[in-house]
Amino acid sequence: MIPTQFNKTTPWRDKLLATSAWLAAAIVSLFFIWLLSDILWHGIQRLSWDFLTSDPLDAGRSGGIGPIIVSTLLILTICLVVAIPIGLGCAIYLAEYAQQAHPASLRYIRGSLDVLASMPSIVLGLFGSAFFCILLGFGFSILSGGLTLACMVLPLLIRTAEQGLRDVAHEHRTSAAALGLSRYSTLLHIIIPAAAPAIMVGIVLSVGRALAETAALIYTAGYVTRMPESIFDSGRTLSIHIYDLSMNVPGGNSTSYGSALVLIILLLFINISTAWLNEKYFTRKFKHA
Amino acid sequence: MSLLHRDLLLHWVLRIFALLASLIVGLIAIFLIVESFPVLNHVGLLAFFSDASWHPTEQLFNLLPMLWASLMVVVGALILSIPLSLLSALFCEFYAPTRLAVIYRRIIELLAGIPSVIYGFWGLVVLVPIIASIEAPGTSLLAGILVLSFMILPTLTLFAITAFHNISQQQIANSMALGISKAGFICHVILPLARPALLAGTVLQTGRAIGETMALLMVCGNVVQTPSHLFEPMRTLTSNIALEMAYAMDDHRSALFVSGFILLLIVIGLVILSNLLVKEPNDTHTV
Repeated sequence: MIPTQFNKTTPWRDKLLATSAWLAAAIVSLFFIWLLSDILWHGIQRLSWDFLTSDPLDAGRSGGIGPIIVSTLLILTICLVVAIPIGLGCAIYLAEYAQQAHPASLRYIRGSLDVLASMPSIVLGLFGSAFFCILLGFGFSILSGGLTLACMVLPLLIRTAEQGLRDVAHEHRTSAAALGLSRYSTLLHIIIPAAAPAIMVGIVLSVGRALAETAALIYTAGYVTRMPESIFDSGRTLSIHIYDLSMNVPGGNSTSYGSALVLIILLLFINISTAWLNEKYFTRKFKHA
Repeated sequence: MSLLHRDLLLHWVLRIFALLASLIVGLIAIFLIVESFPVLNHVGLLAFFSDASWHPTEQLFNLLPMLWASLMVVVGALILSIPLSLLSALFCEFYAPTRLAVIYRRIIELLAGIPSVIYGFWGLVVLVPIIASIEAPGTSLLAGILVLSFMILPTLTLFAITAFHNISQQQIANSMALGISKAGFICHVILPLARPALLAGTVLQTGRAIGETMALLMVCGNVVQTPSHLFEPMRTLTSNIALEMAYAMDDHRSALFVSGFILLLIVIGLVILSNLLVKEPNDTHTV
């Protein structure tokens, strides 16, 4: 939209940069096509209703991924149930009460969230196995895995929700105060509803991050392929299933491809819904501003 | 309950949630230190850098080969992905027609969300056989560098797109008024202005790359050694934890927590560096 009226008297350097930019984009797009078509081509041969619902057989070489999908969803649920209240509370605190907080404590909160956001997931796995599995006695379980993932997605959730809360127009707050609304009512009835789409985007992004995770779960949620009976049972997620079949089970590649395709479809769905939410709510807001 | 009380209660509840969220990192650090303590007590910290090799069951704990391997794969990936991500962000912001730019951005966002285990799997079944046909065994430093650079490329590109986007329209209008060429504009106006944000993003992404586990575990071959050329297998610090936690006992297990703690320290250092870079005042340039 911008570069239309630039001086065109130095064509040599302009051409070089333009060619490299197009070339870089072509390389990235080709790689993208290569990766996705490979997984689609091999994965689609395994994909069927039966594959999605039946138990794995022969260490996963044949059969389906039913229990693995159930475990994945259970771990995801626990992760969200724990992370959403804490993350939302922390985001509201950072966005609305920051002026009243001590600067040093704010610096501490932000700093520790930054470090948590960059924490290697395997280190989180070490922590989860020492804290949730051993100290709290949850063992290798869906509960331990979900709690470890909750620690992992918190910074992402907080950052997105905080930004959404900050973007709520300041007039809303002053008008509410002028009407004599309490802080509580202002938050509950005005600010949170206004920031809801951004909070939703944060949650959807967190789901994506949690679905993609492997390393933090190997030593917390464990490897078991059986159908979990409670959240204290061990269960493996789709990503662990892909890892285990391709590394530890000779001849497991076709199931790996099938599971990878299922995972990518789930993530694609998440990606599209984030884009849709963004488009629906945020572009409209920009036009008004 | 009076309104004032309700407000006060809300404030305290939120404060507790914020405290809880910020305590996690402290808790992680405490656990890593406590679990590292037995082996540090037995052999000391120096043993992790001066022992003959990594044979933890024989009380030999040299982490250096894996530390070097981690460093080499990350540096290699950065060398490949930084120019590619800068160029593809420039493409998206300044060269692509609007509709193509939107599609390209979507592709990058989708790539950024693809799990590391899928990159690793693709590397293992597609890339490693290709490398093996050039020189065996295929699982190697080179495979690690290629997979890791494709993994960090999308996020680096998104960082760069945001950095370019945040440069004020005023700057752009001024440059056009001066009759500058597009390449000159990018090299002399856009890149210098975006530099602090680009550096900060790169440093942050370096932290992610060092922490990356699964993809490298799947394509690097996992032999504990300092690779002397691109086709040699190697094992990163993170892969080592993932591989050996399953059976590690006593001092060996404790040693894995030491390597976790070292990773934590590296990440804290990089986060501090990245925050310093962002805060570097750039206001002197603004019009």
